[in-house]
Amino acid sequence: MVVGALWSTLDGEMNYELSHLKALQAESIHVFREVAAEFERPVLLFSGGKDSIVMLHLATKAFWPARMPFPLMHIDTGHNFAEVYEYRDRRVSELGVKLVVASVQDSIDSGRVVEQTGPGASRNQLQTTTLLDALGEHGFDAAFGGARRDEERARAKERFYSFRDDFGQWDPKNQRPELWSLYNGRHHRGEHIRIFPLSNWTELDIWQYIETEDIDVPSIYYAHEREVIARDGMWLAITDFITVADHERVETRQVRFRTVGDATCTGAVESDAGTVSAIIDEVSATRITERGATRADDRASEAAMEDRKREGYF
Amino acid sequence: MEMMRFATAGSVDDGKSTLIGRLLFDSKSIFEDQLEAVADVSERMGLDETNLALLTDGLRAEREQGITIDVAYRYFATPKRKFIIADTPGHVQYTRNMVTGASTADLAIILIDARKGVLEQSRRHSFIASLLRIPHLVVAVNKMDLVDYSEERFDEIVEEFGHFASKLEVTDLTFIPISALKGDNVVERSENTPWYGGTSLLHHLETVHISSDRNLIDARLPVQYVIRPHSEEFHDYRGYAGSIAGGVLKPGDDVVVLPSGFASKIAQIDTPEGPASEAFSPMAVTVTLTDEIDISRGDMICRPHNQPTSSQDIEAMVCWLSEGTSLAPGSKVAIKHTTRTARALVKDIQYRLDVNTLHRDVEAHTLSLNEIGRVTLRTTQPLFFDEYRRNRETGSFILIDEATNNTIGAGMIIGTPQ
Repeated sequence: MVVGALWSTLDGEMNYELSHLKALQAESIHVFREVAAEFERPVLLFSGGKDSIVMLHLATKAFWPARMPFPLMHIDTGHNFAEVYEYRDRRVSELGVKLVVASVQDSIDSGRVVEQTGPGASRNQLQTTTLLDALGEHGFDAAFGGARRDEERARAKERFYSFRDDFGQWDPKNQRPELWSLYNGRHHRGEHIRIFPLSNWTELDIWQYIETEDIDVPSIYYAHEREVIARDGMWLAITDFITVADHERVETRQVRFRTVGDATCTGAVESDAGTVSAIIDEVSATRITERGATRADDRASEAAMEDRKREGYF
Repeated sequence: MEMMRFATAGSVDDGKSTLIGRLLFDSKSIFEDQLEAVADVSERMGLDETNLALLTDGLRAEREQGITIDVAYRYFATPKRKFIIADTPGHVQYTRNMVTGASTADLAIILIDARKGVLEQSRRHSFIASLLRIPHLVVAVNKMDLVDYSEERFDEIVEEFGHFASKLEVTDLTFIPISALKGDNVVERSENTPWYGGTSLLHHLETVHISSDRNLIDARLPVQYVIRPHSEEFHDYRGYAGSIAGGVLKPGDDVVVLPSGFASKIAQIDTPEGPASEAFSPMAVTVTLTDEIDISRGDMICRPHNQPTSSQDIEAMVCWLSEGTSLAPGSKVAIKHTTRTARALVKDIQYRLDVNTLHRDVEAHTLSLNEIGRVTLRTTQPLFFDEYRRNRETGSFILIDEATNNTIGAGMIIGTPQ
């Protein structure tokens, strides 16, 4: 793979070929600039996961040497990993960008949502309300998300520009056709558009790009020893936010996280991949999707993601 | 590794999903949990075999009704290329979906059932592929196993299709006899077709030359966004950001900016990797000029002796994408072309084209959903365009309903009215 060089050269002559990472990068940057030009108040949804980290990296490139012209927003369940909070705050101060934190705890305290109880309790679903409330409160009319089409089959039907009505709902049967690189961001007041600049990236592309660009990611993506329990065929980390049932056994395993989300529903995989290149090897060889392996939220039903997305989820 | 986008056209009956399933499966891009989920659903639906179409049909309604509603995008990679498949459904809203999927495709695969030969829909798909200027067309003659791998049958189809294709503007046409179900000539060349001298489908996808399909002659940079850092380090920096839509730009090049007509020189080209000595499509860059001139979004940077047409009167083939409304003379719509948005008045519909027979109906005065016609538009501001056949980026536009904000039309520019 061509890395480092802007284009490959053949006997010193230019051949006008872009590597797939450069082509994906160009497409994403085009989308960032288009949104910055046509929307009044865009915001970049930042979770501290690898996709939003790559998205942020691309956003900084799109407007260099100026600062990116929109803030970040973290929908914080309060149940995240400490390493991720630390990463978020460090990155924000490095870039000097504004961070808006919308807290699920606040939504619970104000009675907008009710906390789930029981062993499978998670704040994952509650995020939708917090997200939609925050978009409305700040008047954001475009929200960049790091979702990729290869992640999940409902997402395979997503557009780069995904229209949301004034309830934040997605209507997959009635989407705007998207042709060439001409994006239609028109909307009425109260409606907004979700923007997915990474639509055409795969999990492998993300890791290859992280390697090529030498992008820093939270340490929990790399193999480490951790106390976990086996639940629903996944390794769940022992945190303050999960309740261990009597029959569940706590053990120490060498694991890493393939996705980073709410600690109550994001499982780890057993791994000894301690470097980005080892992760790339692992991802290339793996036979299970990242969400299938590690996300309890997508396993709830066959159309779990579609249902949540219709309501306004990420 | 290069990236290639291709569109597949055909209905479930042609074995399109089986073919995509096989490409994904053989390139290890289908994962166990996806396969298991699809097997579960197939069983619940009472099917004998795992229906690989369920892999791409991601929405609940699609699975319930057994139809494909929308374009689905699928990804796979081999050591040679990364592929993006735009899987377009064959039946419901076929034209709208295929036009969408075809608009960015480097190649289209048209599936033909060897038993049935060239059908109306094969002709329709091929016509749309040629209208959208997909540079490479592959006719995959599928289900060869069901015609005993007959060379004679294959040749008949090649001849029949070739006769029809001669009426289209197709530059690169390749025929491949395959069986998606059995795997013949999909990944490996098959021993069942010793009479076939060509390559397997995957080999063709991996090697067909696509980097010269882009326009590398007519330098075009539609200004997307003006970058002014206002920082101490970059106090005087004024960069014009955009994606190169044609040609090659270099520092030192003489340029002219439309619509003002001001001339200047390129001082520097900044890319995501830093300053570059050349930029070409589809790179996203930021250029600075040697002179301070007033440039904003929607302007076009080009070379003094190679400028796009600048006109408010445009003739184009338009595909109508809207269910509820139709296009008629007198209609007023918003038009988005490169980074420029204007309003447009429909002056005339010259004819409507029958996508099955290529017959031109000059009596027609409206375009409804999935219909294609030749249309004359007058815009509120000049657009800077090239013929679509010369440049897909500067030759295309979309039409937007100003009341509903929906995307209602897709246009391919022919030129200015005679």
